[in-house]
Amino acid sequence: MSMSGLTLLYTLLFYLATLLFLAGVGYRIYLYSRTPAPLKIPTTPAPTTGVGVAMRMARELVLFESLFKSNKWIWIFGWMFHFGLFLVLARHLRYFTQPVWGWVVLIQPFGKYASFLMVAGLLGLWARRFLVDRVRYISTPSDHLMLALLVGIGLSGMSMSFVDHTDIISLKAFVLGLMYFDWQPLPADPLLLVHLFLVATLMIVFPVSKLLHAPGVFFSPTRNQIDNPREARHLAPWAAQLEK
Amino acid sequence: MAAPEFDVPKLKGYIEIPSIRPGAMEGIKSFEANEKIQEALGYPGKLVDGWEQKAVNKMGEMLRKYRSLQVFLDACVHCGACTDKCHYYLGTSDPKNMPVARQDLLRQVYRRYFTLPGKLFPKLVGARDISKEVLDDWYSYYHQCSECRRCSVYCPYGIDTAEITMAAREIMDSVGLGQKYTNEILGKAQRIGNNLGMPGPALEDTLAGFEEDVEADTGVAVKFPIDVKGAEVLLVTPSADFFAEPHVESLIGYAKVFHAAGISWTLSSHASEAGNFGLFQGSYENMRKVAMRIRDAALELGVKRIVVGECGHAWRVAYSFWNTLTGVGAGAEDKYAQMLQKQLDHSYPQPSHICEVTLDLVKRGAIALDKEANDHRIVTFHDSCNVSRGSRMGNIPGGQFIIPRELIRSAVNHYHDMAPGTTHEATFCCGGGGGLLTDDLIEVRVKGASPRANALKDVVDNHGVNFLALICAICKSQFTKVLPYYGFDMSMVGGVHQLVSTAIRLGAKE
Ligand code: HEM
Ligand code: SF4
Ligand code: SF4
Repeated sequence: MSMSGLTLLYTLLFYLATLLFLAGVGYRIYLYSRTPAPLKIPTTPAPTTGVGVAMRMARELVLFESLFKSNKWIWIFGWMFHFGLFLVLARHLRYFTQPVWGWVVLIQPFGKYASFLMVAGLLGLWARRFLVDRVRYISTPSDHLMLALLVGIGLSGMSMSFVDHTDIISLKAFVLGLMYFDWQPLPADPLLLVHLFLVATLMIVFPVSKLLHAPGVFFSPTRNQIDNPREARHLAPWAAQLEK
Repeated sequence: MAAPEFDVPKLKGYIEIPSIRPGAMEGIKSFEANEKIQEALGYPGKLVDGWEQKAVNKMGEMLRKYRSLQVFLDACVHCGACTDKCHYYLGTSDPKNMPVARQDLLRQVYRRYFTLPGKLFPKLVGARDISKEVLDDWYSYYHQCSECRRCSVYCPYGIDTAEITMAAREIMDSVGLGQKYTNEILGKAQRIGNNLGMPGPALEDTLAGFEEDVEADTGVAVKFPIDVKGAEVLLVTPSADFFAEPHVESLIGYAKVFHAAGISWTLSSHASEAGNFGLFQGSYENMRKVAMRIRDAALELGVKRIVVGECGHAWRVAYSFWNTLTGVGAGAEDKYAQMLQKQLDHSYPQPSHICEVTLDLVKRGAIALDKEANDHRIVTFHDSCNVSRGSRMGNIPGGQFIIPRELIRSAVNHYHDMAPGTTHEATFCCGGGGGLLTDDLIEVRVKGASPRANALKDVVDNHGVNFLALICAICKSQFTKVLPYYGFDMSMVGGVHQLVSTAIRLGAKE
């Protein structure tokens, strides 16, 4: 009985979290794309073609190019964390797919150890918030909490991978059940419950927190504009009204 | 020079990142604009009743108009990569001069009124109610930012504090709190056509004086034409070029270039100013009004080309924004813009920078330069912030770094770059840009110049550099004023076209 209560709770929690996450991020993306950039403000030197801009963006997304130029410590920790996170997330696809996609199977071992990369990166970033006076000054409680949340997710996940295995088969049944509206019981493993609770929390805060940097980076006018103001006129709708 | 009332940073020849000293620059406030100045620009004369709510509303309005503001306020992760990138932080140690902290002054209020966590848990996310205290911080620290965009180069999301500063200034203006220096000048440019408020006849006298001087000097009758209909080139240059030293030397340089190349050119008394302080103040409408005068002048005079003199932010506005604001480049649809498009000669980029024009003439052999004439000079070049990070020259990315250097090297024999990390897109602002070039901010200006002064010291000590070449009117005024605080001689400051002026062979074509 308590078991099904718990299942119910987590089922509802994940529907709610998914809804808030998708609606929140979706709204943000809508807002960003709807808001005009009235002036050409790429940080120059900037690419003069669309292909060039796509490459600049790709370098920012994959290599954190600007960050590399500015601070090697933040870059190394930040990149460890994000690359680790990326592999870990990719590895998690095995819980959502049946049969599991071939490439997801291939990266399983990497994804497993990438969690160390991820947590180490997070701890490095967190240390800077205490050790570097400038970064200490700008840090808010929410900056610390966000790192705590991600470290918590990482550590609880790693404990299940490396210390105390959870019932993966039942977990996957629970997850697929959520996806296909055919609800299945959730194993009542405390580590798993903690892990899932933190993940749901992350999804809920995502659209109202600084995690908006992930969609935001695509919309940054200093990075996504083509440097061609002399060749093509750029005019926002509200600015065009002034011409009337 | 009277002894300064503040500590001038000691130069080391390299740049050190200081520890934070909270409140170090808190008391600094530039003079506020009076009612007359404010009202001339359509702003309330003084702080309005209920300004708190009105400022929040204005922020909401701007969030809908500027994607940069919306995305930048949301996206910052407080990673700290920008914290040591601002020359004002490096020079003052005040943590509120770190770009992210400067942004946070606005972001705290944004979070409080426009985000759910800020409404529910303000302390947790560092959100703040708007208050007089906040406004004081805004006024103080948004006038310790020269909108130089150095921070935007280094932020992983390209967050440009200049955009935030501009928005904050516009919000303050809209509730009646403006800065005297910027707004007074902007009013003059809109009413009279230049930042000095110098009327047409005075300008004609000045130019006639230059003709006499240059002829006495060189024996050649170099003209300084104004309001000549049917000239090929309209030259729009910062008004400081008409009266200030060393700016005048560059104006003489441009005139000699046009003379030697046989290009007919003219200035305009209607648009005798390239500088556009609407940029500093962050108002699209004000910036557009100033830019419009140039389009009107170009149409009136029937010129084929528009060329911009040595001025950093003017070139940013001209290169990046004129086409948007007035349709000077290509692709505009309204009537006057189309008239202008038909009239202009599109085999040249419109507008062109004077360095693009001169280097092209040198390369084509249309003018000749004698480098030896500059042999007494050992030259370095300061990349102006707005040119480097907000514009381009030529047809490849980075042309704004290549073209002025090539031009200098074709005019002098001795040239040394300053240290990497202080040039090109990493250049440090002179410390006087963005509406800070006023004596009431001298402490900010002197301290903000310290990163550049350090890099300069290095090439002076190790290469004997004795000439700092510039392509910006603000840089020229700022450095002549602040470099002496660091023990440099102000006569080492000059324009790129001053070097050209010295080297150019006049009448070489006969
Ligand atoms: C489009 C994909 C993304 C890009 C390009 C990106 C890029 C970055 C960069 C460059 C930083 C600054 C350096 C650092 O502190 O690591 C950063 C910080 C951060 N990112 Fe991302 N990120 C992305 C997605 C995500 C996602 C999906 C999450 C979390 C679920 C995330 C969580 C974080 C956190 C928490 C920080 C701040 C770290 C700190 O407090 O110092 N990022 N991101
Ligand atoms: S724009 Fe320039 S002056 Fe302003 S915060 Fe950034 S680096 Fe500092
Ligand atoms: S570098 Fe960008 S994201 Fe990082 S603290 Fe500065 S503004 Fe924020």
